[in-house]
Amino acid sequence: MATDVMAEPVAATGVKIKSELMQQRVRAAQLFLLPMLLALAVVAGWPLLRSIYFSFTDASLNDLDGAQWIGFGNYLRWQTLESGAVRYRGVLADPAWWNAVWNTMRFAVVSVSLEAVLGMGVALVLNAEFRGRGIVRAAILIPWAIPTIVSAKMWSWMLNDQFGILNDLGMRLGLLSQKVAWTATAETAMQAVLVVDIWKTTPFMALLILAGLQMVPKDIYEAADLDGVHPVKQFFRITLPLVRPALMVAIIFRLLDALRIFDLIYVLTPNSSATKTMSVLARENLFDFDKFSYGSAMSTLLFLIIAILTILYIWLGKVRFDGGDR
Amino acid sequence: MASIELRNIRKAFGAVEVIKGVDLQVRKGEFMVFVGPSGCGKSTLLRLISGLEDITSGEMLFDGKVVNSLAPSKRGIAMVFQSYALYPHMTVYENMAFGLTLEKGTSKDEIRKRVERAADMLQIGQYLDRLPKQLSGGQRQRVAIGRAITRDPKVFLFDEPLSNLDAALRVATRIEIAKLHEEMNNVTMIYVTHDQVEAMTLADRICVLRDGLVEQVGTPMELYETPNSVFVAGFIGSPKMNFISGDKAKPFNAETVGIRGEHITIVPSGGTWSGTVIHTENLGADSYVYLEMGTEEPVVVRLEGANSYKSGDTVHISPMEGKIHRFDGAGKPIL
Repeated sequence: MATDVMAEPVAATGVKIKSELMQQRVRAAQLFLLPMLLALAVVAGWPLLRSIYFSFTDASLNDLDGAQWIGFGNYLRWQTLESGAVRYRGVLADPAWWNAVWNTMRFAVVSVSLEAVLGMGVALVLNAEFRGRGIVRAAILIPWAIPTIVSAKMWSWMLNDQFGILNDLGMRLGLLSQKVAWTATAETAMQAVLVVDIWKTTPFMALLILAGLQMVPKDIYEAADLDGVHPVKQFFRITLPLVRPALMVAIIFRLLDALRIFDLIYVLTPNSSATKTMSVLARENLFDFDKFSYGSAMSTLLFLIIAILTILYIWLGKVRFDGGDR
Repeated sequence: MASIELRNIRKAFGAVEVIKGVDLQVRKGEFMVFVGPSGCGKSTLLRLISGLEDITSGEMLFDGKVVNSLAPSKRGIAMVFQSYALYPHMTVYENMAFGLTLEKGTSKDEIRKRVERAADMLQIGQYLDRLPKQLSGGQRQRVAIGRAITRDPKVFLFDEPLSNLDAALRVATRIEIAKLHEEMNNVTMIYVTHDQVEAMTLADRICVLRDGLVEQVGTPMELYETPNSVFVAGFIGSPKMNFISGDKAKPFNAETVGIRGEHITIVPSGGTWSGTVIHTENLGADSYVYLEMGTEEPVVVRLEGANSYKSGDTVHISPMEGKIHRFDGAGKPIL
């Protein structure tokens, strides 16, 4: 819709008519956009370009200025040994990297799917009319409002193998036969991270979906009641198609977030290969291992993966950011 | 085809009683119009009949059977909403067929036949593939009516269906609804409006509501000729009936005298009353002269053709023989 408004009138001959008013509007728009574009260029554009540049060099943290251009060496290089065997090096041949990719994908898909389903449920409840709805709507946002570091620390105590309340409860209720090191055990570490992330971000999802639900006119449900449409069918045939635009936008926001997950995993399960994601691994190489250019290559790949997934999602899902097709 | 009977129906939202005991009979195949000012409960009454709202107390009968707690979809009704209430993501065809596709035992051919028949009746056949947003208001309302027709209802409910249309379209759609009633003359129709012109032109019988109670039920001409209260007299008819009270009404042995604009003649001299012209309106076919003569609202005289009275003129008027309505202090007619 925004494009309709901004489109310039075109005469039958194909010559653009630029009225004074239109010129004025375009100038005003440019003026308002300028500060944001500048800020973005400084805080996002420049660092991004620097990262990409460093990924093609042999830069180390001690000597950024002395970085030498080495091409794609950080991504993939190979040498043929005397025995004739070929040895591959670089991020693309690094099993730690592919483990991180797998962890990130698994985390993103599972957490976002569950958050979408749960968020939809919460949104449907919050959309119904009941006493104290305003308070519940505010209360449900609390997990999302707590800084991630704080909630991650809080959960890591709750999940603690010796003193954690979850183990204590499980033992008292007889659900656990022995205390479990939730965050330290390879099998449960990812689940622990998922639980905390879902707990934290479902409210955000619910809020975005709720906004979409509130756009659905009430009277069509009355029409559906008269048509004798079962409530479950009403949800799948009426509600879901109508909130789909809002849902798709909510999912892409969350997907972008989930693909670059860092803080939660860094605090909750430090140094566990079962949960190490692309962001965590890139940071480790950049600053802990002093393989600055190698980490930069990882960051660049992460950026590419997120960009490709996002474009695919928008394209395949026919996502529209103007509030839907009504 | 169904007769509907309301027995002492009451509806309260919390502590507020909106419908305060309505008794009413709607006959089979009748076109009944609920009319009244906003807030009189006419839409609520319609929603109680549809089953979208629960009845607080009283009995609702369809063909002699109590339907108080029957689901809306099982009452054999179809409803046309003021806001059209079309499914925005479905085409016109899907909108009209949606209810039918969920019914078991209705074949696809049968559905197509019914949708096309309704589309033909309303001349929306060429829009079947479009989405509601691609249609004008009038077309959308016709789709909403078409959706109701395909349900093949026993009772047709209209909730102010013309309120969102512009004046010209309102008249055209009104005529279409009247024709629809002729074609589907075995379907009972109940129509809610605040516009007395729609009520007069469409109804077999009108039910005038006021403050959650039935004020009068009757044919349009009964209400026009023998209103049983000042309220009905003032509500039915356009321009509004003139009310003259106090000393000027005394000679008629009434507290208030009502006389319609079209039942007043202007006489050269003498006459029953006299007043000063404060405004005139020429509508071509007829014209209105507004007179200041000490009444609460100016007295309107309706004349055929154009007139040449000017503000400030003094005119003498007389009511036509037998057209005077006399009301007592309680607003009830003196017979």
